[in-house]
Amino acid sequence: MHKVYHRVHNIAGNVINIRAEGVRYRELAEVTSRNGTSLAQVIRLQDDEVSLQVFAGARGVATDAQVRFLGHAMQVPFSEALLGRIFTGAANPRDRGPELSDNLVDIGGPSVNPAKRIIPRNMVRTGIPMIDVFNTLVESQKLPIFARAGEPYNPLLARIALQAEVDVIVLGGMGLKHDDYLYFRDTLEESGALSRTVMFVHTASDPIVECLLVPDISLAVAEQFALEGKRVLVLLTDMTGFADAMKEIAITMEQIPSNRGYPGDLYSQLASRYEKAVDFDGAGSITILAATTMPGDDVTHPVPDNTGYITEGQFYLRNGRIEPFGSLSRLKQQVNGDTRDDHRTIMDTMIQLFAGYRETLEKQSMGFRMSDWDSKLLKYGERFEKEMMDLSVNIPLEQALDLGWHILADCFEPMETGIQSKLIDAFWPKSAVGDSSSASAKATADKQESEDTTETEADAEPTDEQPQSEKNAEKPEEATAPNA
Amino acid sequence: MSQTQGTIVGVNGNMITVEFKDAVSMNEVGYARLGELRLMSEIVRIRGTRADLQVFEDTSSLSVGDPVDFTGELLSVELGPGLLTQVYDGLQNPLPKLAEECGFFLQRGTYLSALPRDTKWEFTPTAAAGDTVTAGEELGSVPEGIFKHRIMVPFRMRGTYTVDSVVAAGTYTIEDTIATLKDEQGETIEVSMLQRWPVKMPIQAYRERLRPTEPLVTKSRIVDTFFPVARGGTYCIPGPFGAGKTVLQQLTSRHADVDVVVVAACGERAGEVVETLREFPELSDPRTGKSLMDRTIIICNTSSMPVAAREASVYTAVTLAGYYRQMGLNVLLLADSTSRWAQALRETSGRLEEIPGEEAFPAYLESVIASFYERGGVVTLKDGTTGSVTIGGTVSPAGGNFDEPVTQGTLKVVGAFHGLSRARSDARRYPAIDPLDSWSKYPSVVDNDAVEMGRSVLRRGSEVGQMMKVVGEEGTSLDDFILYLKSEYLDSSYLQQNAFDPVDGATPAERQKHVFGVLTSFLRASMSFPEKTAARSFFHQLTQTTRDWNRVDMGAKEFKDIQERLEQMVSEVTVNA
Repeated sequence: MHKVYHRVHNIAGNVINIRAEGVRYRELAEVTSRNGTSLAQVIRLQDDEVSLQVFAGARGVATDAQVRFLGHAMQVPFSEALLGRIFTGAANPRDRGPELSDNLVDIGGPSVNPAKRIIPRNMVRTGIPMIDVFNTLVESQKLPIFARAGEPYNPLLARIALQAEVDVIVLGGMGLKHDDYLYFRDTLEESGALSRTVMFVHTASDPIVECLLVPDISLAVAEQFALEGKRVLVLLTDMTGFADAMKEIAITMEQIPSNRGYPGDLYSQLASRYEKAVDFDGAGSITILAATTMPGDDVTHPVPDNTGYITEGQFYLRNGRIEPFGSLSRLKQQVNGDTRDDHRTIMDTMIQLFAGYRETLEKQSMGFRMSDWDSKLLKYGERFEKEMMDLSVNIPLEQALDLGWHILADCFEPMETGIQSKLIDAFWPKSAVGDSSSASAKATADKQESEDTTETEADAEPTDEQPQSEKNAEKPEEATAPNA
Repeated sequence: MSQTQGTIVGVNGNMITVEFKDAVSMNEVGYARLGELRLMSEIVRIRGTRADLQVFEDTSSLSVGDPVDFTGELLSVELGPGLLTQVYDGLQNPLPKLAEECGFFLQRGTYLSALPRDTKWEFTPTAAAGDTVTAGEELGSVPEGIFKHRIMVPFRMRGTYTVDSVVAAGTYTIEDTIATLKDEQGETIEVSMLQRWPVKMPIQAYRERLRPTEPLVTKSRIVDTFFPVARGGTYCIPGPFGAGKTVLQQLTSRHADVDVVVVAACGERAGEVVETLREFPELSDPRTGKSLMDRTIIICNTSSMPVAAREASVYTAVTLAGYYRQMGLNVLLLADSTSRWAQALRETSGRLEEIPGEEAFPAYLESVIASFYERGGVVTLKDGTTGSVTIGGTVSPAGGNFDEPVTQGTLKVVGAFHGLSRARSDARRYPAIDPLDSWSKYPSVVDNDAVEMGRSVLRRGSEVGQMMKVVGEEGTSLDDFILYLKSEYLDSSYLQQNAFDPVDGATPAERQKHVFGVLTSFLRASMSFPEKTAARSFFHQLTQTTRDWNRVDMGAKEFKDIQERLEQMVSEVTVNA
């Protein structure tokens, strides 16, 4: 029923041109030549000339290749049978399972009506204290993981996949090293998490066009699960690979580049994927975690920069740990007030003290004399790095909070932490309780700290004292909020 | 109107090329027909018998040969009672209604009427038969929430008209005829409450435009005192991501002392709009006690919605703002973010294969930005009352670097610049407006000399701070050090504001005058301390106490008490020259 065309008159990059009639924009076609068959998508119509992007690349496409139009746009089969399966970027099986072809759904569908969204309200537990305690992941949030190329962002995603309390995980790999793909597969398989996972993987050696399809396919599948009421976590790695694929194709298509060669619609392209994250009013949700490598560790590079404007916060992965400074979950305030009374206080206090530790480290490296307070901070910082920040730590939120109290009690007197006495009474480990009755604990701690710093390094002190005292000033409110 | 037909000869992204036969006009709206669906589009270029149209929807499945119906009309919005409290997309489709019709997703090709047709409005005529009227003059009014909504002679009607008849007071729908007018040739024209206006043209049915001089109080101290905005003025908020642009705008939309707020969420996160959508109906407007939503219109074209409609959305917003200005109201338009709008222009320009300017933005970017901001302003209407449209736009510069075309193009045409800095937001100094880089050409709510003094303290204090980074505290003289502490004190106790505190979060103009007066006397005082540590701990305490003061209601007795305590503290360290 569909006419077959035989005459390809132009091949450039991955794009072939033919003359055809009645072709629809974004329609799929099958291109068959001696060297194999591939799908292709219509990307431009001009009079009777049709431009097609060949998914498998134009290499080996002959001028007399057969082009047969399929009459529909890119679709992906959707059913429960997807779970546990691994596909390529073009939705062909990558494992040895059967091909699926029932219940096809369009990819890259329309966006959600803002009036049907709800304010996010559920936390996603990951078992990673740096996320759960300090930058809580919230259902329907979109968060990138900014990292340099060598950082273990894939193991981190794999761990989140294993531990996150969600119903379905969709993993989209773009430009993955084959080793990394096997790592994901094996890790998920060993732990049994593969049975609730669907993987769409484009490896670095696959045709570049397939890379472009991965986010859309992954999110289309995620959306279907979410509409069935499932809580879906979508893991994408690596979005810079996706952006680079876009760049490559835009340049071969002779589009005018805007910034470092990336196409002018980079923001819109990224946003239309990230904005699929949603908490449906009356159905499930989609949460997106996306690794974004920063070329040259530069956050002003167009990809991380545009991403930052789209997403609701970001995690920085540095030296194999989630960096507490700079990392931010913009939605954490929505949920961390209802977890446990001490959650926000522990979050603020531990980060403030850790900031103190970083300063002390700097002073130490410059050869300044270490005060008692500095030694305490050093002890604290090391324990914090080892027991909280290390990515291998896997404990639920409540246990992490308790651990926080233990570390604090081990390193400091209650009044030195500046925590409200009411919370000290309730949570400070009993064996270690010192003088917790002092109402002026906050002021004393501040004073002591400022004295210590003046003594050693005067110039850094004023700028650092400010946020500290401000946070202290605000803390009582935050801490009492859950009780009220 | 003409019913020109055309056929599609090319599709590229959201751009279609259409071959037409009869006359078409630039920026005319056409509908591409795809089976039952009609996809709205707008002519952006004409070459010979071919026109390029940008489609406001996804173009998938369009094909060469599909018909296009031209409407002969420019892209227009509906104006009339019932606009307030609405949530529209960039093409004025009411989103809650769309959700009822289409469910979770925005199905393309669904267009609903912006204003409810069946609502009855209580009309009171003010014009009488025999009156001579021109466009924008009042024929009568209906109550809309807390406002008197003027029903005016449609803006598109040029020339002078004589009122033939006006209906009696009573309830009418927006489509009922409420008056008949006779033009100079004696032809009668029926007028209803509903009129349409092309979004890309400014509404100019007023007597004259005035210079903006009256401050618009936003209740943010750093803005009102140091970088004020005037009613009818324009300002921009550039800043890197995470610096708090959107939060600042949300606060302004809540606290600003204006009648109507139009929020244009243009190409930003949907989540942020949802917060406004869900929270505004619950919040009450301190001026009226009614829900904040009653004075708000939200135009929401978030980042994942079609790009061409994003470009239209800011125009839709400014047209609605201009309409309410015609009623003698003060309107505030908040556009977040104008960079996304500029990027939409860039995408269109790229598809048209125009010669690119800087960073591939089109060469006409600056003039487009300028003409948008010029649609703000304070005007005297034909009946002598005044109304204003104030425009505040955020800018999201790539990499947080202000030397990019959108920021620079905006700075040329606005009256105030609130530059957000990453350094301040990292140090949690909110609002993160940089007090040294920002500027405003409008008058402050407090005395100008005092502001200049405050500015010089901040500037000199920061110079000392810079120097201290090099020579250390030891190398700084005590006088310089005190100056530095004074500037830090002004920063942390006045410029910074805790948005979550009900009292501190919104400081009215009266209170700003009072508090800033007291603070200026502190800054002017010549203080003496035995050594630096004493000075530091004094200012530390002064800051804490002033912050407490900021959280106390101005009417409370405690307010006076703390003020006395502060004055006492300062007088103890002051030396009388």
